[in-house]
Amino acid sequence: MNAAQAPAGAADDMTPGSAKPEATQELPASRAEICVVAVAECFRGDGELLCNPIGTIPMIGGRLARETFEPYLVMTDGYAMFAGNAMPVGVADAEVLVEAWNPYPQMFSVLWNGKRHVMMGGSQMDPFGNQNFACIGDWHKPKAQLLGFRGAPGNTINHTTSYFIPNHSPKVFVDHVDVVCGIGYDRAAELGPVGSRFHDIRRVVTNMATMDFDTPDHRMRLRTVHPGVTLADVVEATGFELVIDDRLDETRQPTAEELRLIREVLDPNELRATEVRG
Amino acid sequence: MIPDKRLTEDDVVGELRDGMTIGIGGWASRRKPMSMVRAILRSPLKDLTIVSYGGPDIGLLCAAGKVRKAVYGFVSLDTIPLEPHFRIARQTGTVEAMELDEGMMLLGLQAAAWRVPFLPTRAGLGSDLLRVMPEIVTVRSPYPGPDGGEGEELVAMPALELDAALIHMNVADQGGNAQFLGPDLYMDDLMAMAADKTFLSAERVVPTEDLASTGSFHTQRVSRLMVTGVVTAPNGAHFTECPPDYGRDEAFQKEYAATASSPELWGAFRTKYLEGTESDYQRAVGVEL
Repeated sequence: MNAAQAPAGAADDMTPGSAKPEATQELPASRAEICVVAVAECFRGDGELLCNPIGTIPMIGGRLARETFEPYLVMTDGYAMFAGNAMPVGVADAEVLVEAWNPYPQMFSVLWNGKRHVMMGGSQMDPFGNQNFACIGDWHKPKAQLLGFRGAPGNTINHTTSYFIPNHSPKVFVDHVDVVCGIGYDRAAELGPVGSRFHDIRRVVTNMATMDFDTPDHRMRLRTVHPGVTLADVVEATGFELVIDDRLDETRQPTAEELRLIREVLDPNELRATEVRG
Repeated sequence: MIPDKRLTEDDVVGELRDGMTIGIGGWASRRKPMSMVRAILRSPLKDLTIVSYGGPDIGLLCAAGKVRKAVYGFVSLDTIPLEPHFRIARQTGTVEAMELDEGMMLLGLQAAAWRVPFLPTRAGLGSDLLRVMPEIVTVRSPYPGPDGGEGEELVAMPALELDAALIHMNVADQGGNAQFLGPDLYMDDLMAMAADKTFLSAERVVPTEDLASTGSFHTQRVSRLMVTGVVTAPNGAHFTECPPDYGRDEAFQKEYAATASSPELWGAFRTKYLEGTESDYQRAVGVEL
């Protein structure tokens, strides 16, 4: 840790009222900032493993978790290094405190070894967390070629996976995805022990809500709804029936210290607003 | 004694044949052997199977009608996440695809490099990868499973044997000992060993004794054992990045990507940049070598 970083647990002790009043902290949290904190919460309890969120808000969220309640997380610089410092996103010449060199061949060793929690995106997702970002339509002649399988099959069967989806809509959350890239709970269960041994879809964060799979049959459950969004909005924007039980809650607000870290340290150029508006 | 394996991009093309399986090193829009790709583009070669952590190499070769089949985990320009020319090829059904998990692809190259028929992995199990590509099958482990019972059933990732591999490095000697000076070798060493013939281009070709002064021995990860021919190719990875020598030419990459929107734009791009020699290309992009 370098000197600029908050000590472990600092955010837990800090209430909005006790924060130093600065102009940036008086603005209420934007939706993007709510998302950042919801992403950070996905990594709570992970301890010392590779926190590997992909995307702008995921990267800010992962780094926020490390700067506050999960100080021992290992994170990358977005390329081939494990970076120990609180890097701002999207700054090309940002300083990197190199903890270790982790080029791609080594990254696959890390992920097959299992000490990794990835956060990926998705163009489609079904009620059991099967994810698609390969293509839309028939794989053999797709209507829209997207990313390809990338690392999703290997990630989901080898270690913990979460998802960030910035455009919660019935086109994304569908009964059946066109191509299963990241495997969901039903697919993992069908494989037997070899499938479920390391499979763990932790959480799905969207621009409207957070979901988990902590239900008897691992159907997707609505866990929290973001401030400013109604339950009806989420239900309408989801193309299948979400499990809704008595644990449903509102997504928590960022603390003043979290807002300061987001705005001044981790995303000074406000790239988060390009991923989630409002 | 270091053999002299130097040749030109056009000599490399002379070693390639229609229908060959060719591995191309680098990753997305990073350290791609673009001068050799350009030589293929202006040659009559056709029906190629291209194996690549794909970037503009696959996009350009598809747009030029050189590709019968693409083997990839993704095809991306990094700052432009989806390769537009490749998308057209897929969506119009003009190329066959073997679309792999990125790690499976590593194992396929490793298997070929080690001359074994497959390597086992959990990656791919339960996904539609095995459904849409039934040629990739599973294998039952002959050893007891974690519970002491029957062995686990795993994906048997087949060896990705290459007729030729093309890779680009920062520095090389005339025999093919080479250095990468950027942050990542990617799978270039595996590609080189998975191939019958490997052609290596480099920003600079120097006497072997000079390699020690350009980087630590840790950067000397490609040996001449893996290399058939060496091409001197300054700015040879353009427009992909080749750090620390140069970054990606984002403006040029945008210009290239925009040509996917119409055959006329692509035709004009091809005429302007891709029909002359490599020197013509470098002059057209504003580099005097």
